[in-house]
Amino acid sequence: MTAPTTGTLDQVKAPTTPRVRGGRRRADLLGVLPFFVFVAVFLFIPTLVVVIGAFGGDDGRPTFANIQALADGYIVDAFVRSITLSALTAVLGAAVGALVAYAVVTAGPDSVVRRLVTSACGVLAQFGGVTLAFAFIATIGISGFVTVFLRDSLGVDIFSGGVWLFDLPGLVLVYTYFQIPLMVIVFLPALDGVRPQWREATESLGGSTWYYWRHVAGPLLAPAFLGSTLLLFANAFSAYATAAALVSQGSPIVPLQIRSALTSEVLLGRENLGKAMALGMVVVVALVMWLYGLLQRRTSRWLD
Amino acid sequence: MAGLRQRRARRQRALRWVVVSLFAVLFLLPLVAMFEFTTRGAGGGFSWETWRVFFDWGALREAYPILWTGMKASFWLVLLSAAATLVLLVPTVVWVRLRLPRLRRLVEFVSLLPLTIPAIVLVVGLAPVYAWVVYFVGGSSLTLTFAYVILALPFAYRAIDAGLSAIDVRTLSEAARSLGAGWATVMWKVVLPNIRSAVLSAAFLTVALVLGEFTIASLLNRDNIQVAINQLGKSSATMSVAVSLAALVLAFVLLFLLSFAGRRRHRERKTS
Repeated sequence: MTAPTTGTLDQVKAPTTPRVRGGRRRADLLGVLPFFVFVAVFLFIPTLVVVIGAFGGDDGRPTFANIQALADGYIVDAFVRSITLSALTAVLGAAVGALVAYAVVTAGPDSVVRRLVTSACGVLAQFGGVTLAFAFIATIGISGFVTVFLRDSLGVDIFSGGVWLFDLPGLVLVYTYFQIPLMVIVFLPALDGVRPQWREATESLGGSTWYYWRHVAGPLLAPAFLGSTLLLFANAFSAYATAAALVSQGSPIVPLQIRSALTSEVLLGRENLGKAMALGMVVVVALVMWLYGLLQRRTSRWLD
Repeated sequence: MAGLRQRRARRQRALRWVVVSLFAVLFLLPLVAMFEFTTRGAGGGFSWETWRVFFDWGALREAYPILWTGMKASFWLVLLSAAATLVLLVPTVVWVRLRLPRLRRLVEFVSLLPLTIPAIVLVVGLAPVYAWVVYFVGGSSLTLTFAYVILALPFAYRAIDAGLSAIDVRTLSEAARSLGAGWATVMWKVVLPNIRSAVLSAAFLTVALVLGEFTIASLLNRDNIQVAINQLGKSSATMSVAVSLAALVLAFVLLFLLSFAGRRRHRERKTS
């Protein structure tokens, strides 16, 4: 119905196009000008500020001092902790999230279960931040619901070894709490792409459930699973709000180090150290997202 | 064969119930805990006091001025950011599809770029830019709109792009143009009504994102609801937990409604 219409209109217009082309092209470009100007000011310039600042000294002269300072013990430690935290929560989140996603997929695309779960996941995965930190303070904080219940009813003190919620172990817990929902959201489309015919084909050829998962669905879903795990890694690595609201002492991870570089009185000669750390973060995230893109392309070959 | 499929369906149903129930319990637990936390009375009993103050806006304003400022700022930020994102993105994406198809990859790349730049990094670079913003338009918290449009770009772009892919924009606009419609009419009366649910979903996603944003607001020393919750946490944990809970529930309702908007489009397409 639509195709012939396009044809005739194109034919009607064809003779007029070449004559006015040059002027119209330029006028056409004006249409995208606002977008590119806005993006230039609020995305490109900030990025450039970070990149150039990372290689600039306090006097504005180019220097590698900031980049070299990234090798300082406490910054390396922060990067190692950030990466460990992100990797750990990405793997945990991916494993649990994939299972939940599979359970939801079996319910069918229009079911209420699916709608409820995906909406809840959307909130927890993307909304998170400060609110989640407070959710956990209310749950397993010192006077939290679960803490009090365990202490008064079962005599278990979860903080007998010290209050770990406001430190790295607490971050692992809260991060996993928002990584699982994110996995559900990003992994669902891949599971939707798995066609029931493939399973029927395996079965009609005598393949068992194990065989189906091991040789058919597993290999098909593997790139999507790995890609989603990388996305989760990038998500945790970039997260700031939860840690800012939860961590009470010190700056164990990179985003918090950047905060202290931004807000505290800067040490002489270290004005641009925050920018160097920011650049380090961009490099890590860009690398991960590049790998994600590669895997995504592989996934879409079968599961689109 | 049929028996096998039936057995599998039963097994899947069992698995679904177990996994989804576990998920629900684990994920509802903090919400229940938040509710319990906010209804603790002074003597350890049950009390609605926190929620009574929360819904009595006069009292809320008196007792927690930070919170009131933050909520007001977030309210306007939500409206401004959603409007600005749509005004900036929808005409651009439609225009590129119609007249500049070669730029499509570039616009897509640029729109998705903020995904690779963490907010904490963006804020480092935004500080000098905002010095200029303050110089030109002042230091109000509403200037955060500029940064939020950037943060919302990837999500809004994906939603709008998906909406446009589902219709034949070129044919529609050429038909309208050949009948004498100007570009404004094409945009407003032809394209926009056809991608209504995509625009709606872009707007909802922006709203959810702005409601939850903390990093940039906090580090640029502006006010919004998340900054207020965080500040309040130091003095009055109960109220900040209450606001957190309300914000989570509000975002959930928004996204749940959104899931219906998305579905309706499918059904329309199926019947037409």
